Amino acid sequence: MPEVLSAPLVLEFPFTRSLGPVQSAFLTGLRERVVLGVRTTDGRVLVPPVEYDPVTAEEIHDLVEVAPTGTVTTWAWNHAPRRGQPLATPFAWVLVRLDGADTALLHALDAPGPDAVRTGMRVRVRWAEERTGAITDIACFEPHDGEPAQPGDSTGAFADPLRGIVAPARLDYTYSPGRAQTAYIGALSARRIVGERCPSCRKVYVPPRGACPTCGLATAEQVEVGPRGTVTTFCIVNIKAKNLDIEVPYVYAHIALDGADLALHARIGGIPYDRVRMGLRVEPVWTEGARYPDHYRPTSEPDADYETYKELL
Amino acid sequence: MTSEEAPAPRDIAVVAFAQTDHRRSTEESSEVEMLMPVLHEVLARTGLKTADIGFVCSGSSDYLAGRAFSFTLALDGVGAWPPVSESHVEMDGAWALYEAWTKLLTGDADTALVYSYGKCSPGSVRDVLTRQLDPYYVAPLWPDAVALAALQAQALVDAGHTDEPALAAVGARSRADAVANPHAQLKGRVPQGDYVVRPLRTGDCPPVGDGAAAVILAAGDRARELCERPAWIRGIDHRIEAHALGVRDLTDSPSARLAAARAGAFERPVDTAELHAPFSAQEVVLRRALRLDDGVCVNPSGGALAANPVMAAGLVRIGEAAARIHRGASDRALAHATSGPCLQQNLVAVLEGDPR
Repeated sequence: MPEVLSAPLVLEFPFTRSLGPVQSAFLTGLRERVVLGVRTTDGRVLVPPVEYDPVTAEEIHDLVEVAPTGTVTTWAWNHAPRRGQPLATPFAWVLVRLDGADTALLHALDAPGPDAVRTGMRVRVRWAEERTGAITDIACFEPHDGEPAQPGDSTGAFADPLRGIVAPARLDYTYSPGRAQTAYIGALSARRIVGERCPSCRKVYVPPRGACPTCGLATAEQVEVGPRGTVTTFCIVNIKAKNLDIEVPYVYAHIALDGADLALHARIGGIPYDRVRMGLRVEPVWTEGARYPDHYRPTSEPDADYETYKELL
Repeated sequence: MTSEEAPAPRDIAVVAFAQTDHRRSTEESSEVEMLMPVLHEVLARTGLKTADIGFVCSGSSDYLAGRAFSFTLALDGVGAWPPVSESHVEMDGAWALYEAWTKLLTGDADTALVYSYGKCSPGSVRDVLTRQLDPYYVAPLWPDAVALAALQAQALVDAGHTDEPALAAVGARSRADAVANPHAQLKGRVPQGDYVVRPLRTGDCPPVGDGAAAVILAAGDRARELCERPAWIRGIDHRIEAHALGVRDLTDSPSARLAAARAGAFERPVDTAELHAPFSAQEVVLRRALRLDDGVCVNPSGGALAANPVMAAGLVRIGEAAARIHRGASDRALAHATSGPCLQQNLVAVLEGDPR
């Protein structure tokens, strides 16, 4: 069996999220160097503030400013910061109860080492130089020897309040397609199209995914199919896709390769889009260096009889 | 209007369990290729075929391997023709089992196949799990799973509930017990190692790995036909706490305690407890919350510190507890599963065998 294939895969999205009124006030406040909490019906002040009381589920909106100084309630020393974390140098994760708050906020504490950190130590906010209305407007916390700072009297009313945030997220993977798809991709690079047969129902799946979805059994017997096949159904694409250098309109089709029991899909070329039809016989067109057919084009055979492919629609 | 007496609740049991050997990487297999042998094994234990199963429910997360809709591809391994009655939760398989249990309670089905799988190897699970956190105030800081568990561990140390040697002993006991578990990934003498995020060391953290598990549930007489000694689910419940870490008391688990109470765990002592505590300190929290004394055999499988296929590790706890009842090694066992950071959400099931 050939070595299993793998390739880097990056999933990256800028998530656009709307804010409720309490979240908007809190994040806008950070932009203005103000830390806001929200008062619950039983009089506790939650920082960071939430839209609903975590105990009673009541909607809450009584905003109250708290101090930028506070007390560490627990901590953990992070000697190897990871991508996206608040500081690039070793730091302590901390839960900080700000003066005037009854709950704690998660953030980073810039300290020289773990021996300089303890539960109960006093800290203050270090503001980021550029603030946009995000939790990262607090760059981190830093040790604080002085008196508790006096909070201002903001009630959360700001000019130009935030309506939403854009939260980028990126995760890195090493993608490996598994045994069956590795074999399929390996054969493709030799310009062979190889499916796998179900040991029970005998159907040949192309591309194979390792299991017969009907029988729930492993497919292992490799079967070369095609290269010619029949268009079983198709659609005409009229909207140009981003970063795709294909003129519209073009045809995208389901193609039942000879010997396969499942249609695969591919673009049809070499024929005007409005002349593509069900039953059209096609063959793959390979381009230099490509690992899969660029598209399929008509052969000179007569169209396939409907009876020969109706089960594959 | 007529009033009808509510029918007696049905007795529902775990009648079969199977799991993969959990490994650091299964890069040679796709998810369905990894899962399928487990599905075949659990079906073979009962002699059932997919077509005989009344309900299919699975748990997994696409974020782990970065594969969109991987659960639909995994369904290929079930053999979904003729069409099956099927559901999926983006959670640990223990919650899929909960859904299947409720389905059987309604009488709509007499048997259920529950499975879950997790491939942690393609990504960095520490970072992937940050994406389940509050997206406004927490996720932008990328606090990884070990960091959050370390905050909980330090809170426990500060409260005097544990210390570093006691935490190391939890890991050592788990890996020693795992020697008897052929499926475990990390077993035997394992160095406690350096700090990952202080106060947690390598030995306090679960191994990163891939794996899958499957369970079959059956109701009443059907369970007795399929299994010599069914593991009856006497109670099962799950509870969740506030998502904001700073609102919670991290040294306690009121949600686990309440779920256990609702599942009837405190009515009589259990002899075995399979706890889903991926970090050593979490076992300390759970033992107190669930009132487990030294007479209870905790995590004889080695627990999540010996194998932690994310999204399957909770279902594995239920399966391991049930398997002990099946083979007569336990008469009454507690199984626990967790989800979210720092034991945010907890499920407790109480399983019993018929008197011998």
